[in-house]
Amino acid sequence: MEDKVLAMLEELCDDAIVREDLDTELYETGLIDSLAFTELLVQIEDDFGVVISPSELERSEFDTPRKIIAQIQSRMA
Amino acid sequence: MSFYSDLRFFLVLAAALVPAAVLGLRERSLKGYSFALSLLFIWLVYGGQPAQLLWLAGFYLLELHAVKGYLLLRRKFGRNSVIYGHFVALALAPLLLYKFSGLFGKSVFGFLGISYLSFKVLQVIIEIYDGVIKEMGGLELSSFLLFFPAISSGPIDRSRRFLADWHTVYSREEYRKLLGTGLQKIALGLFYKYALSQLFYQVMGRFAHRYRPLPLAGYGYSYGFYLFFDFAGYSLMAIGVSYILGIHTPENFDKPFLSVDMKDFWNRWHITLSHWFRDFLFSRFMMNAIRKKWFSSRLNGAAAGLVVNMLVMGLWHGLTVDYILYGLYHGVLLAATEVYQKKSKIYKNNKKKTWYKVVSWFVTFHLVMFGFFVFSGKFTEVIQVALLKLM
Repeated sequence: MEDKVLAMLEELCDDAIVREDLDTELYETGLIDSLAFTELLVQIEDDFGVVISPSELERSEFDTPRKIIAQIQSRMA
Repeated sequence: MSFYSDLRFFLVLAAALVPAAVLGLRERSLKGYSFALSLLFIWLVYGGQPAQLLWLAGFYLLELHAVKGYLLLRRKFGRNSVIYGHFVALALAPLLLYKFSGLFGKSVFGFLGISYLSFKVLQVIIEIYDGVIKEMGGLELSSFLLFFPAISSGPIDRSRRFLADWHTVYSREEYRKLLGTGLQKIALGLFYKYALSQLFYQVMGRFAHRYRPLPLAGYGYSYGFYLFFDFAGYSLMAIGVSYILGIHTPENFDKPFLSVDMKDFWNRWHITLSHWFRDFLFSRFMMNAIRKKWFSSRLNGAAAGLVVNMLVMGLWHGLTVDYILYGLYHGVLLAATEVYQKKSKIYKNNKKKTWYKVVSWFVTFHLVMFGFFVFSGKFTEVIQVALLKLM
């Protein structure tokens, strides 16, 4: 599952750094903007059946690959 | 009496905040007291115009039942988009009636703050649909909706954030910090609104009714600064008062005139409004667009999404030509920024360099100021004057 999320992020950000450093800050570095963010939410729902609402999380709870994986995991359990 | 604009308001406010400070410093809960204050101030401010008070009461009762009713149905029928649609319509109906009745010189649901309260109700309905809000007590909802420091013009708080604060009982040390910051914000807000914005207002006056390029530019720029100090000043006071009542109402402005591009600007100007639109309109529009493949590319979708988003924001300000133009102007600028930043080599190669940032800031500053010129109504006025001269 972790690998699937990373592949998804790598494609969205167009940068392998998300795989190398799980604590990369995704918004401030410009790897993800609000557009890619919505795409990410759609993909998470389609691939994992996990609904995350765009207003649900503070950006600080969802701004690194590690945190994104943890959020999805906690909802699948 | 009116909010943040007459001496009586400030005197009653000062007197009303003393017991709050005493409660806070004694590590007592502030929620009962702050709710009572909201009712008191609504009575004092709206009571002078009974029609407004009645419309507010009607709105409040309608939305209270809408939210409680939707909570029940959501639990029973799950994430059903038809039921959801009805409740979004119900939450929006008063605002739409207000805006359209205005076109006919009537004022259905005409009370100060209806636009801002509608945002709050919509946020609650949308998050119930998303399953983010599962329960909300009547008193919780009432205290969130009617919270008086921000009832008339925001900042637009979010219910989950607000209620977490509302239920918090702060330690003496924490509250002392809140109180100190709150007082500082009120003082700065007063200075913004009553010294700086008034200063720019005087400057604006000197340029009024002069239809040559230089005076018009003078009017536009001084109007931009006037608008900022007026609204940021009000927002600071609203936030400061909230702090004293134990609520961290979010910031509305973050040095907007230092923005380096239009996207940056909307993260610094009327932040709670633009982030509301981002989370509840733009994101959802984009998610639908992606799912249903409305657009040939992601970039086209984003451009369309931004124009729609800003157009709706313009319309929300009012159903007039000026606001529609203002919304379109910002929508097109944001879309152009998006395309430029995704496609341009110049941007990719230089965006981190100082000279580029300076140029980008300079361009952004003037684009922003021209936007305010449109917003002020002066732009259409100038066009009318020019047309009359031609005829």
